[in-house]
Amino acid sequence: MEPAVSTPDQIARDILIDAPVDVVWRVVTEPEHIARWFSDTAEIDLRPGGDGVLTFRQNGGHVAPLVVDTVRPPTTFAFRWSAPEGETAHEGNSTLVTFSLAPEGDGATRLSVVESGIAALPGGDERHRAFFDDHSQGWGTIVPRLGEYAPTAAGALR
Amino acid sequence: MSTALAPGFDEELWAAVGDPSRRRVLDALLTRGTATPTALADDLPLTRQAVTKHLAVLDRAGLVTARRHGREVRFAVQPARLDEATRALTDAARAWDRRLLAIKRIAEELAASEAGRAED
Repeated sequence: MEPAVSTPDQIARDILIDAPVDVVWRVVTEPEHIARWFSDTAEIDLRPGGDGVLTFRQNGGHVAPLVVDTVRPPTTFAFRWSAPEGETAHEGNSTLVTFSLAPEGDGATRLSVVESGIAALPGGDERHRAFFDDHSQGWGTIVPRLGEYAPTAAGALR
Repeated sequence: MSTALAPGFDEELWAAVGDPSRRRVLDALLTRGTATPTALADDLPLTRQAVTKHLAVLDRAGLVTARRHGREVRFAVQPARLDEATRALTDAARAWDRRLLAIKRIAEELAASEAGRAED
């Protein structure tokens, strides 16, 4: 499996966990655990197309609906969220969050998360474009450039 | 508008930098400082019309500003807004790092307590 990289189109992170894959799977997918690592409450219908609701108390509180996309125990769990209020999340109006679990070493698990589809959130005028079509040219340029540029920009503002 | 992705997450800003061609326009503009759409089209494998369209999106997101010089319109990058885009990217990644760390802590506790029970 190629490690995913972060770009303005997607966020990719991973972590090594000293617990077996089936334990990590339960923590990632079961509402009682989700309500500890993610939201303040969680309800989820764990099957493709199933609905879920996360509630957050911080920042005055908000409710985040989600739609389950993929459930392949114990390796892949994906859901869509961040759709505009009142709309059901589907491709083109939401981001896709994919968790991948892989056994590593003696009873450990590599857990990675990729949140993709950011470019297709409403506001983008080229939703038809496949996000990663152009990645060989587009990726990697602006992120280092932004990083390089930001301190200059911050300096200019002071 | 903010979404669940991260507090204060700005969809328009992300959509603007999310498009690969638009990032190249932004990159080319960073290199030149200020430039007309025609000059940018010379730097890129894009038509002037395409560049103009991308600049309009970047302008709406506040990432560039347009200034008229006689018959020409010259564009420049808005540094403060670009800074915001960088921060938004970092913040969203950091939010996932926090969640992954919490998953790790919970899973390792759970694995340890289940291993403990198995030994009883």
